[in-house]
Amino acid sequence: MVASASKCRVCKEPAIIDLPRHNANFCAEHFLELCRRQVVKAIEKFDMLSKDDNILVAVSGGKDSLAVWDILVDLGYQADGLYIGLGIGDYSDVSGEYAKSFASERGLNLITIDLRAEYGYDIPTAAKATRRVPCSACGTSKRHLFDKAALDGGYTVLVTGHNLDDEAAVLFGNTLRWDVEYLSRQLPVLPARNGFPKKVKPLIRLTEREMAAWCIVRGIDYLVDECPMAVGNKHLAYKAALNAIEQQSSGAKASFYLNFLDNMAPLLAGRSAAATDELGTCTSCGAPTTSDLCAFCRTAEKARAHEPVPVELVLSRGRRRR
Amino acid sequence: MKVLLRNPRREQDVTGPKSVNALLDALELPREAHLVIRNGTLVPGDAALADDDVVEIRPVISGGC
Repeated sequence: MVASASKCRVCKEPAIIDLPRHNANFCAEHFLELCRRQVVKAIEKFDMLSKDDNILVAVSGGKDSLAVWDILVDLGYQADGLYIGLGIGDYSDVSGEYAKSFASERGLNLITIDLRAEYGYDIPTAAKATRRVPCSACGTSKRHLFDKAALDGGYTVLVTGHNLDDEAAVLFGNTLRWDVEYLSRQLPVLPARNGFPKKVKPLIRLTEREMAAWCIVRGIDYLVDECPMAVGNKHLAYKAALNAIEQQSSGAKASFYLNFLDNMAPLLAGRSAAATDELGTCTSCGAPTTSDLCAFCRTAEKARAHEPVPVELVLSRGRRRR
Repeated sequence: MKVLLRNPRREQDVTGPKSVNALLDALELPREAHLVIRNGTLVPGDAALADDDVVEIRPVISGGC
């Protein structure tokens, strides 16, 4: 076995990872230090969290959510986790096990919600019943339940594991459509308002590759497999396009997103109609909404009226469409 | 060398020695979207992989939004 030629930029010991966007290689210890520093920088710049906050981390069992939970606890924050069982066949069963193992091995508190048991439906059924792409029903359900759990549990901030690649891909999609409404709301911090908790994204300065490496170095077992319902979605296509650009121009993803926050987001401030809309109250669950029924209750109502749909059926239909 | 690939999980035999970057290029896998783990340890792009190494190529891109 031949050792790596590259050395850590900080200590000159053998490197374990190369980060072309930093034009540097790092050993395990100094790679972790870099990640912590990037998270602290994001938290401080955007006033995301304080040590007095009671934090709820949305956890999926994947690398990003487990990494952000691990980093926040490592930095001394008080943070519980929230896992939602979405009923996506074996994928959900396995992802739940990763989330539970992570929490129990570290003595952390994990709240769990089972969509089918507690709300009478699952994501494959919701996708079929609403005739929308699975990611749409999934996002609507998760956002509502994250908000509700944070408010009901008295948490002051909801943390999600969205990373630089996630945000750059969303920005890419919004820019392709010049969607000013979405562009003006694509911020790493959404303040609490009208029945919504404060939401923050501490991983916006770190890539997916760096978060996977964090988990490997820290010995965190996470679900590597992709969600079967996300296969072929636009978000993945945008990420592939951005990674092709990144390969030719290191640092392009970070420049695209972080310079958007510095240079473009201030120009779009106040342009969001949705952010200033007067909100009513959902007649079914009491959540803030612009309609009589909120999006979650509309989705749940349709899905509960539909016979349960196994995930395989939704997948085979999706594959035929492609 | 034995190379484990994911999504879907499969194994492939690749002749060494090869650098990590050369292995990814040979398999047409984008470097920004993968990590390489040799005998349980993360390795950088210029690390040389030998014929008797056990290598995992781990995709890092997830599609949830």
